[in-house]
Amino acid sequence: MAAAAEVAQIRALIAAHKRWDTIFAVCGMLALMVGVLTFVALFLDMAVDGIGRLSWDFFTNFPSRRPGQAGILSAWVGSTLVMLVTAFFAVPLGVAAGVYLEEYAPKNWVTDVIEINITNLAGVPSIVYGLLALGLFVYQFGFGQSILSAGLTLALLILPVVIVATREAIRSIPQAIREGSYAVGATQWQTVRYHILPYSSAGILTGVIIGMARAIGETAPVITIGALTFIAFLPPAPVTPEPPFISFEWLLSPFSVMPIQMFNWTSRPEAAFHANAAAAGFVLVIMTLAMNGLAIWLRYRLRRNIKW
Amino acid sequence: MSAVPGQTTLMQARTQGERLARRRARVIRERLIELVLFFAALVSVFTTVGIVYVLVKESVVFFREVPIGKFLTDTQWTPLFDDAHFGILVLLSGTLTSSLVALAIAIPLGTVIAIYLSEFAPFKVREIAKPFLELLGGVPTIIYGYFALLFVTPLLQAIYPGLPGFNLLSAGIVMGIMIIPYVSSISEDAMRAVPMSLREGSYAMGATRFQTAVKVVVPAAFSGIASAYILGISRAVGETMILAVAAGMQPNLTFNPLEPAATITAYIVQVALGDLPHGSIGYQTIFAAGLTLMLFTLACNIGGHMLRKTFREAY
Repeated sequence: MAAAAEVAQIRALIAAHKRWDTIFAVCGMLALMVGVLTFVALFLDMAVDGIGRLSWDFFTNFPSRRPGQAGILSAWVGSTLVMLVTAFFAVPLGVAAGVYLEEYAPKNWVTDVIEINITNLAGVPSIVYGLLALGLFVYQFGFGQSILSAGLTLALLILPVVIVATREAIRSIPQAIREGSYAVGATQWQTVRYHILPYSSAGILTGVIIGMARAIGETAPVITIGALTFIAFLPPAPVTPEPPFISFEWLLSPFSVMPIQMFNWTSRPEAAFHANAAAAGFVLVIMTLAMNGLAIWLRYRLRRNIKW
Repeated sequence: MSAVPGQTTLMQARTQGERLARRRARVIRERLIELVLFFAALVSVFTTVGIVYVLVKESVVFFREVPIGKFLTDTQWTPLFDDAHFGILVLLSGTLTSSLVALAIAIPLGTVIAIYLSEFAPFKVREIAKPFLELLGGVPTIIYGYFALLFVTPLLQAIYPGLPGFNLLSAGIVMGIMIIPYVSSISEDAMRAVPMSLREGSYAMGATRFQTAVKVVVPAAFSGIASAYILGISRAVGETMILAVAAGMQPNLTFNPLEPAATITAYIVQVALGDLPHGSIGYQTIFAAGLTLMLFTLACNIGGHMLRKTFREAY
């Protein structure tokens, strides 16, 4: 009799504990739903408010005082040019730094300093990079409030992302590959150039895409260096009709970028401009989502396909 | 026998001298390449040095005009008025209040999501949820700003009609949701790194999933979870656009999230949007404000490092 009561008691205890399992699982689902629902709400809000403004003209018009005629031409051209500069500096520098730290760096305090630095830089607020650029690039180096300054700033900002991705990609290459290469007489650089880099390129690409997606949506540092919020002209064309056919004047041109255009429209009181902001935001969200989605997909495929 | 393009092979080098010269050239080239790569790695160090140099250089000029005591204790922030006051507390209060709101959302939700994904969720759910959270973390902050100002604030106003159009609450809430992916993904990584044998031991003792998660896995992964929190805090403190858009830019010494207030970051944006002449006191205030921000995040990082050291468990 006593035993049966005890068993019943234990059963009740187990049931009570299992109930906590269920309760927590439901809480976890709900917490996840908060994220998912916010994302859906944000996307739909942007789409519903902005879709009416999306037309060919929206992409080919300059910003205007009349909300109905305003467009994002100068903004998307500016964003594209800034991204070019950013990629030009961030990719080679980031990959080289990643290769150095994984393949060359000796174990000493210099390496430790570099590694701790990269970790810390990833946590520095982006607006601080803007202040760095304002003091250094804009005034000290005299680049002015230009596309070059903005591109360099964003390149420094995404450098840790590229470095970390490069290192992770390189680290996943088995040691045997390097040993095989050395065994046939290749030098260290030849090993890196013909084996390490090609095999890690997909992983590096993933990091670069994520970094660029971050750079294209970054607003604060670009505002800090003094990007214009209202601009009704394009930077000089990189290709000229007379020799030498290529001009780099655009590097020093004033500019605006997509997120700043959106910020400008959002902070105006008129609701008509808010529709423009939503439309610009919609374009921006689609762009960053597409880039991030591509990176995630690439990584997923990589994990499935590579078996060393 | 074509080994590497653009290079004569060892077989073609006939004499001893030729071989030696070739080897020397190769060693030099290898050294040069290593040097170039080393300088690329040093760029990150230069960046840090540059940040410190710029912030300190401009701040020194600023603190020559404004005594540090006044900077820390004054209760007004009116740097652009004739009667200028420079009380950083005013901006700091906005930063702290909005960050606290954000963390009150991000830390519980992020932790619960991390525990759920690491210990409870079926494989399928995790495979879908993780990329989704990553996408949420990749949305530009200006978009969140728009969302806070034109979606969340009207929503909150429907519940609490007295809420002003600009307020720290809605900016903080949206900021918290923005930070969730950072907190959850790093915490989850830390929890998944806890060896399976610990869980198996716990299950063998008859513990349930929940008990195992809370009493075994979370304590074992605590140092990693702490770094996730620290990262969340520095994100919140350094966040700019959501606050600049949704919390207003009026300096306001308050700890009430229902009021509008400027943060350190929003102030920097506000000054940068105007056209302040290079070298004026207004121009220097943003560097002093930036230095405060930097020191604040640095303190967080050092605190986090110490926390990690205390709670580190090695297996």
